[in-house]
Amino acid sequence: MNGEFLAFLILSGTAILGGILMINLKKVVHMLLSVVLTFVSLAGIYVLLSAEFVAVVQILIYSGAITILLTFGIMLTDHKAEEDRVSSRIRAALAGLGVIIFFFTVYAGIRNLYFGPGAETLHADNTRKVGESIFSHYVIPFELVSIVLLVALMGAVVLTRRREGEDQ
Amino acid sequence: MSSIPLQPFLILALILFCIGLFGALTKRNTIIVLICIELMLNAVNVNLVAFSKYGAHPDITGQVFSLFSITIAAAEVAVGMAILIAWYRRKHSVNIDDGNDLKG
Repeated sequence: MNGEFLAFLILSGTAILGGILMINLKKVVHMLLSVVLTFVSLAGIYVLLSAEFVAVVQILIYSGAITILLTFGIMLTDHKAEEDRVSSRIRAALAGLGVIIFFFTVYAGIRNLYFGPGAETLHADNTRKVGESIFSHYVIPFELVSIVLLVALMGAVVLTRRREGEDQ
Repeated sequence: MSSIPLQPFLILALILFCIGLFGALTKRNTIIVLICIELMLNAVNVNLVAFSKYGAHPDITGQVFSLFSITIAAAEVAVGMAILIAWYRRKHSVNIDDGNDLKG
């Protein structure tokens, strides 16, 4: 057991812990904060996978922007709502059974997967490589993504705008 | 640098995806369902980055693709939140069972 494997164990443990807490906690804000634990742990996992730029973007976008957005959503709606877990137990059991079947199906597929020893040089000049790849090979998708973001922003503004004559 | 094989990352992503799928299917609060969908998207991103390092052709493309995926996920959350707030203004509820009609 070396340090990298230890780091992977801790990070994946906290990631899964955040997910399980999210399922089991009762208050909505607590659920959101526990899923932030998962997001930050996944940023560490990205560093282990020699994707430093994606790790920084993960922290900025997921545990920064999306969490703030969801927090505002919770605060603007019914922030005192609690989950009642007893309402649909048979439905939860059926969903759990389906998810477990799905888990073992995919696990049988990835159990013996092996492609090679892995890339050794991805971590060197990571951000430069990402930038060169985006701005040379993927320029058109990059610009399309900017249009998608603009349309999503305008759509969000239009959807939440209070129209004339609408009751409170 | 690469002492961990590919499988642990894929299994971690699979477990996170299963947690997110279970939550999205069983939770009643619409915001929690959105969070669970985000968790599933994160699991897919872990897969993309893992294959960019340990795939058949190790390349930077997987990381670039995960960046695009994160961007689209952010747009999705923004639109989902807008729909949710507009819906809450009409129904005064975030319970997903109350959203069973298309009429306003």
